[in-house]
Amino acid sequence: MSKNNSEYLISRKDNQYEVVIGLEVHAQVLSESKLFSTSATKFGAEPNTQVSLVDAAFPGMLPVINEFCVKQAIKTGIGLNAKINKRSVFDRKNYFYADLPQGYQISQFKDPIVGEGKVILDMPDGQKEIGIERLHLEQDAGKSIHDLDPQNTFVDLNRSGVALMEIVSKPDLRSPNEVSVYIKKLRSIMRYLGTCDGNMQEGSLRADVNVSVRAKGSKELGTRCEIKNVNSIKFMQMAIEYEANRQVDLIEEGKLIDQETRLFDTKKNETRSMRSKEDAHDYRYFPDPDLLPLEVSDKFIADLKNNIPELPDDKKKRFINEFKLSPYEATILVSDIDIAKYFEEVVVKMGKNKDMKLAVNWITGELFAVLNNKNLEISQSPVSAKNLAILVNLIKNGTISGKIAKTVFELMLEGDKDPQKIVEEKGLKQQSDPKALEALIDKIINDNREKAIEYKQGKEKLFGFFVGQAMKASGGKANPQLINEILKKKL
Amino acid sequence: MSEIINQSLTELVENVKNKKLSSTDITKAFIERSEKSKELNAYITEDFTSALDKAKKFDQKPNLDLKLPGIPMAVKDLFCTKGIKTTAGSKILNNFVPTYESTVTENIWNEGAILLGKLNCDEFAMGSSNETSFFGNVQNPIDKNFVPGGSSGGSASAVAGKLTPITIGTDTGGSIRQPASFTGTVGLKPTYGSCSRYGIVAFASSLDQAGPMAQNVKDCALLQEVISSYDPKDSTSIDFERNHYSKELTNNIKGKKIGIPKEYRVDGMPKEIEELWQKGIQYVKDCGAETVDISLPHTSYALPTYYIVAPAEASSNLARYDGVKYGFRASGENLIDMYEKTRSEGFGAEVQRRIMIGTYVLSSGYYDAYYLKAQKVRKLIKNDFDAAYKKVDAILTPSTPSSAFKIGEKTNDPVSMYLNDIFTVPVNLAGLPGISIPAGHDSKGYPLGLQIIGKAFDEQNILNIAFAMEQKINFKNKIMDWWIK
Repeated sequence: MSKNNSEYLISRKDNQYEVVIGLEVHAQVLSESKLFSTSATKFGAEPNTQVSLVDAAFPGMLPVINEFCVKQAIKTGIGLNAKINKRSVFDRKNYFYADLPQGYQISQFKDPIVGEGKVILDMPDGQKEIGIERLHLEQDAGKSIHDLDPQNTFVDLNRSGVALMEIVSKPDLRSPNEVSVYIKKLRSIMRYLGTCDGNMQEGSLRADVNVSVRAKGSKELGTRCEIKNVNSIKFMQMAIEYEANRQVDLIEEGKLIDQETRLFDTKKNETRSMRSKEDAHDYRYFPDPDLLPLEVSDKFIADLKNNIPELPDDKKKRFINEFKLSPYEATILVSDIDIAKYFEEVVVKMGKNKDMKLAVNWITGELFAVLNNKNLEISQSPVSAKNLAILVNLIKNGTISGKIAKTVFELMLEGDKDPQKIVEEKGLKQQSDPKALEALIDKIINDNREKAIEYKQGKEKLFGFFVGQAMKASGGKANPQLINEILKKKL
Repeated sequence: MSEIINQSLTELVENVKNKKLSSTDITKAFIERSEKSKELNAYITEDFTSALDKAKKFDQKPNLDLKLPGIPMAVKDLFCTKGIKTTAGSKILNNFVPTYESTVTENIWNEGAILLGKLNCDEFAMGSSNETSFFGNVQNPIDKNFVPGGSSGGSASAVAGKLTPITIGTDTGGSIRQPASFTGTVGLKPTYGSCSRYGIVAFASSLDQAGPMAQNVKDCALLQEVISSYDPKDSTSIDFERNHYSKELTNNIKGKKIGIPKEYRVDGMPKEIEELWQKGIQYVKDCGAETVDISLPHTSYALPTYYIVAPAEASSNLARYDGVKYGFRASGENLIDMYEKTRSEGFGAEVQRRIMIGTYVLSSGYYDAYYLKAQKVRKLIKNDFDAAYKKVDAILTPSTPSSAFKIGEKTNDPVSMYLNDIFTVPVNLAGLPGISIPAGHDSKGYPLGLQIIGKAFDEQNILNIAFAMEQKINFKNKIMDWWIK
């Protein structure tokens, strides 16, 4: 682990404080049906249309484990380089709430399906390893809607029973930025695996954030506060900043920090106490007698392991070795599975004689700029990987210049047009016929006799003037390299 | 041919198959008898009109290949029945009509049986006398103002009183075997995992098991054959090869080794029970079996263990009755207030007591001392049986430490009430099959039962032993129809 030179510290007078953060990420398992029932899990369905008798906890209804969700959890565990527990136990977490029909949530308490693992973060000053404590499967609750009626609360049970993976990190994170990189990395790994879509707007990924502070250099952990259910990276960062500073202020005032659960108010940008340790629920966890302990065989795990796709860390290594990309370029290209897919398709479509550098520059430059402006994901890119590959090849083989390519690219945005056709239709093909260019240049020199003399007398910067004139006369299509060569000869 | 209501299930099935009786004849007879037996309070919900319709429909196109062709049957009100109110004996489900059918009852209707109605039981099956039912106590047909036992009290009363040819109950700690013993009927608690729990209102999930209650062993075997099935909808259902219990039934038990556990001789047990047990030992010997003295050393811990495990599970299982989704709801100032009022008014005293006990033993700080310890003891109890079954094929014990008692006699003394189950709870804790058969009468003429406990999945063996003993015992229930005016 490299030394972190950009340490995140909070300073007060003579004191410096370090922030210690651990995350409990709730990731919705990508699955057609729920953890213990066959109801659908589609986002945005009409309220209470994806609810079975099991989800609504009717008398005599029993949970039956969805094997697909188990596979998804194990795959995620493998992606986190974690120990897979061949035996795990579902427990009941008991509490009353209107959107919790059973009066308990089925979760895993003492024996989770996945044990310790790790995630590697690519920080500007090197890599950092974040420990994973565990991953367990649990049911989501329904949704209480308080703002539809002044008197009543409405309950939507569509989410009730949906499978979640709770991924608990060790308290290894030290700054809001690390938290951001960590969440993005987790999200990326799960998207590669197809185990969670990572869609934070739809609530597929949210986190409880544990924050404590301690004097710089101290080895002991301070009293932590847990900020519940934060659903965007930006809010996590804001919440940590606020909470860490609040705790530092308390210490500076000589006060104690209460271990408590807090809520982040996104409008006021502050955390507020929700309940203290004394008011903490007694969840009365005990093994769910409706479910037998979950046992998986070595073969079951091995079969999943054998079908794990290439994950971001390995892909990055391969991009560096095989395509000679810089670590920086590789990190960007593997950060999201769809970007990596796009890039790899461009590579394939470029064929044998490819210019990797050029392709990377076009993807991370022009294409990303367009996506950014239009607020699109790469999966929605207006330019297909195939056509981008053709464009890069047209530059590479001298058919068009880089400058013309930008014009062509603009035209490609409308309906993903084939750049080859655009070049032909608009007559944008680069002029590389030396005779034609010689004639063109002869005429320019003739028309600008005085300037040509000045150049010969030593005013060298006029060379650029001639290049410009030649390009202008060719309508930008002249091969700049040839223009240079001919001009040097003629002048 | 004897009067319809006096025929056993096996006889009725035979007479339907031989076209000597129609489903309508039989259904009418049991409805008529039920109508005359309101004083027993065995039913919570009657479905007689619809039963007659179904019987007529059956007779129009009788399928005589079925195992229960056109046989009317009332069932314990703990089984969810589609379109028929299912209360679990509780006010909190007073208005609950399921849109689904339990697997066990589904199996029964699939074999041609017809629902007569839903039978009374202790609230959420918590009780040993049927006195905790929101729908009032049930009378034991053996004598006025005597309890039929519980929790399947309505079921036992209905079979003994001939309101139904046969029925099903559920047994969490003795709820089939103890009422069977109190009413002079046969009750089988199958191996845990033999009958699906899908659609049965849950009391204690790791102990609950449905089972048949009948007039004789053969009827019991036939119904067990129908209700036992592997069900993927219940994760604790076990996929094992099930016997054709009634077909394979035999009274040949020669050479079987029957264990007699010394720990079942408890302090204060009436002499009559001991004598009955000795008679039982003689019966099995007369049948050619051999008895072996065995020890089940952790027996005395079974009852306290049960009264930790069962309430713990119940406290969680009953959390869903909160007034939000279905069932009874009291109005309240806010959510918490609504919960409190709903559950205070909706649950009776015994259920509340067990929820309190269960909540307590699961709370942090007490969990290890109670729940975890109880789980360990439960394992020891199971180990006791495993060790014994290395030496014997089955175990013979009394079913209950006493005969039926008077209504109201034990309602204010829960511990004395709980002691009723002292011989039955170890079987549930170990997940084993157990059958109670009527074996004699006490000095007042009230029936007493003997229990045969088997190895897991060895229902056939204990049914055979019970069948052989039944023929030796030749028990006659002394029911004088005191409630028929």
